[in-house]
Amino acid sequence: MSTHKITTQKVNFKVFRFNADEDYLPYYEDYNMDITSEEVVLDVLNRIKWDHDGSFSYRRSCRHGICGACAIKVNGRSTLACKERMNDMIELFGNELTLEPLSIKRAVKDLIIDKGDFWEKHDAIHPYLISDVQEHPEHEHLVTPEEAERLLEADLCIQCGACHYACPVVEINEDFFGPAAFAKAYRFEADVRDDALDKRLLNLHEEKQGLWDCVKCYECAEVCPKDVNPIDKITKLHQMLFKEGIATSNVATRHAVGFKHSIARNGILDEGGLVLYSEGLGIVKHVPVALRMFVKGKIVPPWALTKSKNLDEIKKLVKSSSTAKF
Amino acid sequence: MKKLKYALFTGCTAKQSTPEQYMSTFAVAEKLGIELVELVEASCCGASHLQDYDDFLSLVLNARNIAYAEKHGLTMVTICNTCQLNTAMTKHRLDNNHELKEKVNEKLKEIGLEYKGTSNIIHFLYAIIDDIGLDKIKEMVVTPLSQFNIAPFYGCHNIRPSELQNESHKKAENPYNPTSLDDLIIACGGVSVDYKEKNKCCGFHVELQAPRTASILTGNAIAGAMDGNADWMVTPCPLCHLKLDTQTHHASVAIGREVKLPVLHMQQMLGLALGCTHEQLGLKHHLTKVDFI
Repeated sequence: MSTHKITTQKVNFKVFRFNADEDYLPYYEDYNMDITSEEVVLDVLNRIKWDHDGSFSYRRSCRHGICGACAIKVNGRSTLACKERMNDMIELFGNELTLEPLSIKRAVKDLIIDKGDFWEKHDAIHPYLISDVQEHPEHEHLVTPEEAERLLEADLCIQCGACHYACPVVEINEDFFGPAAFAKAYRFEADVRDDALDKRLLNLHEEKQGLWDCVKCYECAEVCPKDVNPIDKITKLHQMLFKEGIATSNVATRHAVGFKHSIARNGILDEGGLVLYSEGLGIVKHVPVALRMFVKGKIVPPWALTKSKNLDEIKKLVKSSSTAKF
Repeated sequence: MKKLKYALFTGCTAKQSTPEQYMSTFAVAEKLGIELVELVEASCCGASHLQDYDDFLSLVLNARNIAYAEKHGLTMVTICNTCQLNTAMTKHRLDNNHELKEKVNEKLKEIGLEYKGTSNIIHFLYAIIDDIGLDKIKEMVVTPLSQFNIAPFYGCHNIRPSELQNESHKKAENPYNPTSLDDLIIACGGVSVDYKEKNKCCGFHVELQAPRTASILTGNAIAGAMDGNADWMVTPCPLCHLKLDTQTHHASVAIGREVKLPVLHMQQMLGLALGCTHEQLGLKHHLTKVDFI
């Protein structure tokens, strides 16, 4: 084992400053500091407040990666300040670091944001066990270790908001529940004691804010300080919708199912056929672009489509390995 | 040096909506002295949608594709970020879960195949950087792209989840500060443009389900490159390419600003620098005209 030696290096911090009560616009303040290899991001925030400017504001509490209060953005990356080592940040971004709130447009004072939208979404998925509890049960309601494992890592979420404010869809569509709320929904859907299946899943299935608007960018999985992997839970919720027979026919569900049909037919995708299957009559809105694509040789007519070699193998596998119905 | 040889998983778009990507891949491979064995037996990877419906079927189909690369005893090279994600994810899950691997192999046995886990799966971009090297590529450049500011657009599924993607190649890519495509631009003699959307999402996967979200993301990406003073963009992902090249009208409407830039596939950029002809690179197949040459 190598001996641990504390090293020091100079870092220039550009820190977001704003007071909604006084300032018209935010501004950035520079702090040059010597950073030791022992420090985490929260230590830097504390030193700015204690050594430089007592009015500097940020949220902090447990300092143990449990309360979820101190999430901020370092060079645009959501990060839990008490857990993130400065050395790792310097390795990632160099010696010029920008410290900002999770959401600039929701900034209240310096790094403190109004997290109201996060909690609203969190509450909207009914984040609690819904169950007909017998007041006088005959025996304990035991959960086996196997059943508990179905929650995967979803119950590790500390509601820090790192993924929510890293999600590009949350940024664009204020109705979108966001990765944290979905992961929480999965946590209860996967719980054997919960019977809210229809109520919670149906709610999520509504198209506007629903599950199907996830762009699959994996930003949430990348930033989560507790390895909850929210996008994996979103995928699992998608699968549950089909499994529980809740999925109704819409563009998104037909799109997912359409891949199976297209693969069973040609092996490789029939892109035009898939869009037609997904959109139905809605395909008319794609016609102008499709015509231009056709002229440029980007659309292959149905009769000239390439098929995978050994297509019979693929057909056989689709038949024998299918596990879902729609 | 022994001649490089890979099993090529083309994905579906290369056979349909991005024929220029198919052509330029082979043109560039020839220049670089790479032999590509096309996996003509391969099926669609499910494009990150099939698993939303049927996860097991998606695993079995991807395992079959990989099994063909294994049969050749070759590394599987992908030319689509989403193919890379789905295939590498399948490999990761099967290699780390013996029970799941057995279940999948039970199905593959019906068609006389077996998934072993012996082939690496790597995107073409990382394959050439790892196996040929940027210095060597630089030496091979005959037409340096020195007069161009080129905006790299990485595409999510090559850089995230980083833990998974970095299993396949030597130099770990930092998803917040990726460099591979910038490095390739510089090796081709160009100037790489830094802009904040370069590692962001293009919106492709919700184009049908959430068109407004998709169009805004596309618009933001092109606008970011334009504001960075880019002459054109380059991407290793044909799905990103489809968004950035063919959806400029919807993107412009969505963000309330006219956005448009020529977008090249990574192979086309490299091909230009290595002296391939415009015909070989299929430059006439773009909707946004490639008018800078």
